[in-house]
Amino acid sequence: MTKQLMRGSHVIAEAATRAGCRFYAGYPITPQNEVPEYMSQRFAKLEDATFIQAESELAAINMVMGASMAGVRAMTSSSSPGISLKQEGISYMAGMELPAVVVNTMRGGPGLGNIAPTQQDYFQATRGGGHGGYRTIVVAPCSGQELVTLTIKAFDLADTYRMTVVLLGDGLMGQMMEPVTFPDPIDPATLPKKDWVLDGARDRDSRLIASLILDPVKMEQFNWKLARKYAAICERETQYESYLLDDAVLAVVAFGTAARIAKGAVNRVRKAGVKAGLFRPITLWPFPGKELRALTRTIKHMLVFEMNFGQMVEDVKISVGEQAAVHFHGRPGGIISTPHEIADAITKVMYRME
Amino acid sequence: MTNTMPKQVFKRPQSLKENVFHYCPGCGHSIIHRLIAEVIDEFGIRDRTVGVPPAGCAVLAYNYIDVDMGEAPHGRAVAVATGIKRVRPDLIVFTYQGDGDLAAIGTAEAIHAANRGERLSVIFVNNAVYGMTGGQMAPTTVLGQITTTTPGGRSALRDGFPLDLSQMLAVARGSVYIERTAVTSPKNIIKTKKAIKKAFQVQMDGLGFALVEILSPCPINWKLSPVESCRWVEEEVVKSYPLGVIKDTTSTQDLVNKVKKGKRRKT
Repeated sequence: MTKQLMRGSHVIAEAATRAGCRFYAGYPITPQNEVPEYMSQRFAKLEDATFIQAESELAAINMVMGASMAGVRAMTSSSSPGISLKQEGISYMAGMELPAVVVNTMRGGPGLGNIAPTQQDYFQATRGGGHGGYRTIVVAPCSGQELVTLTIKAFDLADTYRMTVVLLGDGLMGQMMEPVTFPDPIDPATLPKKDWVLDGARDRDSRLIASLILDPVKMEQFNWKLARKYAAICERETQYESYLLDDAVLAVVAFGTAARIAKGAVNRVRKAGVKAGLFRPITLWPFPGKELRALTRTIKHMLVFEMNFGQMVEDVKISVGEQAAVHFHGRPGGIISTPHEIADAITKVMYRME
Repeated sequence: MTNTMPKQVFKRPQSLKENVFHYCPGCGHSIIHRLIAEVIDEFGIRDRTVGVPPAGCAVLAYNYIDVDMGEAPHGRAVAVATGIKRVRPDLIVFTYQGDGDLAAIGTAEAIHAANRGERLSVIFVNNAVYGMTGGQMAPTTVLGQITTTTPGGRSALRDGFPLDLSQMLAVARGSVYIERTAVTSPKNIIKTKKAIKKAFQVQMDGLGFALVEILSPCPINWKLSPVESCRWVEEEVVKSYPLGVIKDTTSTQDLVNKVKKGKRRKT
C-alpha cells in the first residue's frame, strides 16, 4: 500500500468516501473548508454520490437526515459555531435512530471566537449537544493515520447502532499534512442491508421514521431503549491508548491534539528520569473510565491536559474517584501548548508528590 | 340484458388508511389528505412515494396517508426531502407543510430548495394561523386578523405584513410550477386536486420545484363556524392571497429539457 502525504481534512474526506459515504451536505466555515472542497471534487467522479453546498448548517444536517432515511451513508462537517446549529438535526436523528457522521473541527469560542485549534466543545460533543438527553459516540483522532481508521470506524459504528458519531478534531488535525495509507474502498452495495429505510412501500406495509411520541408511556419506553443501547456501547466500544504507563507514577490524560503534545512532554521528562506516561482516550463517549480507574492501583497522580479550561477533567474525576489525585493544566482560546510547557506542568506535580 | 348491479362511484382511496381523522371539525387537512391519496392512487405510485411531514397539525399525516413517511423538524421538510430525493431520484417525494413551517421558520430552506430546482412537490397549507399551538399569529395572518398574539388584530406597524411566500418562491429560477387554490367549495376542491396532480406530474417529469399553496379553513382558531370559515377565506383571505396560477414554466422547461437531451444524444 502506498503512502501519501495528505492534509488532515482531505484525509477525512477520502476516508469517508472509501467507507462508502455517498452523501455529503455542508456549509463553509473555517478551519474545515477543505473537507467540502475535497468532497465536491471526489463525489463529482462518482455516479452514485451527492454533494450539496447547503444554504446553512441547519439545512445541511437536515439533508443528511433525509439521505440517512433513504439508507445511504451520509456525512456533514463543520466547526464549532456551525456544530451548534446542527444540534437540532442531531437531536432529531437521535429520536429517529438515524445513522450519520458529523465532523467537528473545533475552533476557539464561545461565540464566533477564532479559528485556532481548541478542545472547547468536549462537553457539547460528549453530552449529546442538543435537547432530549441523548448521546453521540465521539471519536478523537490524534494523527493522520488515525483520521483514516476512525473516519471509517465512525461510519461502521453509526450504522451498527443507528446513531450519530462525532469525529472530534481541530484545525491542527485538519491542516497538518502527514503520510497516510488508505484501505481499499468499500462498495456501498456490499454493505449490510438496512431493513428500516424509506424506499417506497413496494410489497410491504408503509414505513414511518419519526421522533414524535405523544404517549408518555411509549416515550419512556423509547428512552429506556436508548439507555440500553447506550449501556451496550459503553460495554463494547471504549477505545484508548496507553503509553509508557507500566512503571509510571504519574499519568498524563489527554486526547486528540493535546495528547500528541503530551506524548512529546512525556518523552522529554522520561529522559530526565521522571516516570510519567500517557493515557489517551480515543473514544470520548463512551469514556474509558474503567480502564482509567484500573490504573489507580499503581498510579496515584493524574495530570489532565486539555485545550480548554477543564472539561474532560470532570470525567477523569468521576472515573478515579478518591483513588488518585487529579491535577489539571489547560489552555483555552486557541493557544497551542509546547511539549516543554506540559513537561513543566508534569515536573511541578512530581515535585509536589510525596 | 342490463346490468342491475349497483356501481360504486365513491370509495376510500387505497392510499388513505382507515383511521379516523384527528383534525378539528371543519378543518381543511382531511380534505387535502384525501386529495393527495387520490392523486397517488391515480398515478399508481403508492409503492414509490415518500412523504415528509414536519411539526404542525399535520405532522400526523402519516396516520392517514399510506406511503413511506419521514418526519422532519419544524421548517426543515424540504431539506430532509432534498436528502431523500437526491439519494433516490426514482422516488416521488412530497412535503406537507403549514404556513408557519414554510413561511416563517423554514423560509430559508424553502427559498433555496426552490432555487436549486429540487424535484419535489410541496403541499403548502395556508390557514393564516399557527393551528397546533393554539392560534397564534402566523407570517400569513392577514391585517386586522385577531389571533392569540394579536388580540387587537394584526397591525402592519407592529407585526409586519402578511407574507406571500409563494410569490417569493416564484422569483426563484428553479421553481417551475406554483399555484394557489382553496378547499372551500366543491369547485375549489376539484381545482386543488388538479393542482396537486400537476405538482406531482412536474416532479415525475423531472422539471423542477413545484408547489401548491392551499388556503384552508381553521374554524376553531378563527372562532368561526365551518361555513363562516369558508366564506371568510373566499371573501377576505383571498384579498391577501389571490387564487390562481402564480408561476408555470412547465412547457418551456419541458422544451429546455428536450433540447438538452437532444444535444446530449448528438455529442
